[in-house]
Amino acid sequence: MTDLMRTWNRAPKWITWMVYAAVGVLILTIVQSLTDTERLTSATTSSAMLRWAVPIMLAGLGGLFSERAGVVNIGLEGMLVLGMWFGAWGTINYGPWWGLVIGIIGGGLGALVHAIATVSFGVDHIISGVAIIIAAPGITRFLSGEIFAEYDGGSITQSPGVDGVGKFTFPFLSGGNIGGWTSPNILGWFVDKGWWFVGDLASVARGLTFNLSQMTVLAYLLVPLSAWVLWRTRFGLRLRIAGENPQAGESQGINIIRYKYIGVLLSGALAGFGGAFISSPELNGIYLEGSTLQRGFIGLAALIIGNWRPTGVMAGALLFGYPTALGKRDLEGTATHSLLLVAVIALAFIVLWALSRHKTSDAVLAGVLALLAGYWFLAADTVPKWWTDIQPQVIVILVLVFFAQRLRMPMAVGQPYRKGET
Amino acid sequence: MTEQTTARRLMMQFAAPVGAVVLSVVASAFILIIAGSNPITAYGDMLRHAAKLETSVSMINRATPLYISGVAAAVGFKMNIFNIGVEGQYRMAAIFAAYVGGAVALPTVLHIGLILIVAMAVGGAWAGIAGVLNTERGVNIVISTIMLNGIALGVIAWLVRSWQAEGEIVVVGVGTEKIDDSGLIPNLNFIPEFFGDIRSEELTGVLVIAIIIGAAYHVLLNRTVFGYDLRSSGLNPLAARAGGVPPKRMVIIAMLMSGGVGGLVGIAEIMDKGRYDPNFVGFLGFNGISVALLGRNHPAGIAVGALLWAFLDASSDILQVTDAAPKEIVDIMRGVILLTAVIGYEIVRRIRVRDEAAQAAARLAEVPA
Repeated sequence: MTDLMRTWNRAPKWITWMVYAAVGVLILTIVQSLTDTERLTSATTSSAMLRWAVPIMLAGLGGLFSERAGVVNIGLEGMLVLGMWFGAWGTINYGPWWGLVIGIIGGGLGALVHAIATVSFGVDHIISGVAIIIAAPGITRFLSGEIFAEYDGGSITQSPGVDGVGKFTFPFLSGGNIGGWTSPNILGWFVDKGWWFVGDLASVARGLTFNLSQMTVLAYLLVPLSAWVLWRTRFGLRLRIAGENPQAGESQGINIIRYKYIGVLLSGALAGFGGAFISSPELNGIYLEGSTLQRGFIGLAALIIGNWRPTGVMAGALLFGYPTALGKRDLEGTATHSLLLVAVIALAFIVLWALSRHKTSDAVLAGVLALLAGYWFLAADTVPKWWTDIQPQVIVILVLVFFAQRLRMPMAVGQPYRKGET
Repeated sequence: MTEQTTARRLMMQFAAPVGAVVLSVVASAFILIIAGSNPITAYGDMLRHAAKLETSVSMINRATPLYISGVAAAVGFKMNIFNIGVEGQYRMAAIFAAYVGGAVALPTVLHIGLILIVAMAVGGAWAGIAGVLNTERGVNIVISTIMLNGIALGVIAWLVRSWQAEGEIVVVGVGTEKIDDSGLIPNLNFIPEFFGDIRSEELTGVLVIAIIIGAAYHVLLNRTVFGYDLRSSGLNPLAARAGGVPPKRMVIIAMLMSGGVGGLVGIAEIMDKGRYDPNFVGFLGFNGISVALLGRNHPAGIAVGALLWAFLDASSDILQVTDAAPKEIVDIMRGVILLTAVIGYEIVRRIRVRDEAAQAAARLAEVPA
């Protein structure tokens, strides 16, 4: 047993992640066998999860760059709003790729205000963020009234339809084209066989590799890119010192102010990307007022449970995106109902984990919640729509309740910094 | 301290907010010109409209819940606790208060009292969840209050259906059971009517509650040991802790108070409509935060901020009527005022710190060695 543990701890990170994912699918498969839904492991659901997670993940990565440079950015929600508006406007006028660029600039402008306020003037980070959250919808509302209302099919609260970018399918895995030649569709073959668990695994994987928007692919490529920039380059080291110990960085001759500005601006740019993605046909297909659905904040929660690391942010975003993705097509609420059983199993794991670490109160809390979820699962056949709507928020709170204290944030995050002061 | 420095201090106190308003007027004028409107006509319409007696009454009506919401946010801000959740707290409080108020028949004082108590209890409880999550589990209050806002909206969507007055048959809800007249706070029309005709406007009686809250907030903060503990926890948590202020309990109490006051934000709307309906007024929580930030958490400052926000609200109405400018310009003005004011306050604070250092240095130089 200890040998097994040692091997497990020594295994490369990507293998452990893959195993976690497989265990997750296994649990979903078991639950699916016990209930009358086929949505939990369907390719439609996993592909929707991939899309719904993108804005959360981009907001989380945005928070990562900003907080690694020592600046809290709860203004991400406002920057998503700006990205949504400018992304839609840019796409309508100049096409989807330029729309993405313009959305990124829109989010970046919001971040510039935040950087000026917090870095140059030392305004409290939360206060500046709140001001941006409140100001951004006002600005976009004015712009919509001036611009979208004049367009055919637009109004003060929404834009006309927005075009998307091209699609991409992985060759070999899901049968994508290579220079006109259609590669074999391996995952599809497994899905057709329909073996228990293997078929489910293939189906989930197929949803993640088939007919993706190129924007989605780009968004997920930003995860390894962020990790490389932050931990493998001189730039990343300097950015992180701005968030860990700016005075030490200053003593090494690093221009801390500049790195804080860059961190915050990148943060806004990523949120702008996230906003543009919300307006793209991958999610809404139009700019729609009030449709950020708190994803900026959920992104920050993903950052926290992801322990301020890119892969963690992505995992958190997928976790929070999954229930929404499932609920979107689940109008009668049966699939979401079976999620209650998944919750029971997850909570049971937490009970075991807590007991193994002698954390009795955690175990009791998780146990009580598991009983409640189990009771609800048995008492009803479906869940109401309002529950589907609030699930992401409930999961965010539950995850933070159990894991918030185990994490380590950048040392100097949220603290004001002035050059030459200790 | 010399008279000169006092005058300078006072001037600096107002420099940031006045500067923010001036900047927003100038910036909005530019935007209006670009958008093809005449800013002078637009501003003229806004001011002429605001000068009417009935508009003043309507502005006070709008400012009342904003003020309560501003104080609710300020209670937390004073302690460096960012209760972003007033939005969810007041809505939850409002639907419970309206439901209970509509379900009972009581003599008027008891009836009104019950509604207010339910509102405060529910608002406090909803905020208290975030407080307990923070002290017991280390969950960040900004994140948890924001998530609780989202959860509140979902729960209310359910409650508004379950507690619907005419049963579940009606698809488009009418809201909760109507509250008897005994539960409604009477209006204060006799005050403005003393000055002239106020047409169809009614001055809300909740104004009295807002004034009581403001006074209580002032006394609590400046005249009680608890207020001192609260402020010192906000200024320097470590020192406060060393001084015997229990940090966890302060967080919980601050959240309960903030939420309790926040629970009263929706009362004006309930008293006006007599029920909680699906179109219940939104964004009072976020606007309350703006007002608290503008007013620097000061009881009088918040009132000025609330009136300014109410003025902009009223202006947006008149711009829609006269069509002198797109009414959304007031949203831009709010954004500019808020952002420049928070930056302005920080600049003023720095100048003051520098002044004080310079004064201390000058005084030290005077002392013979």
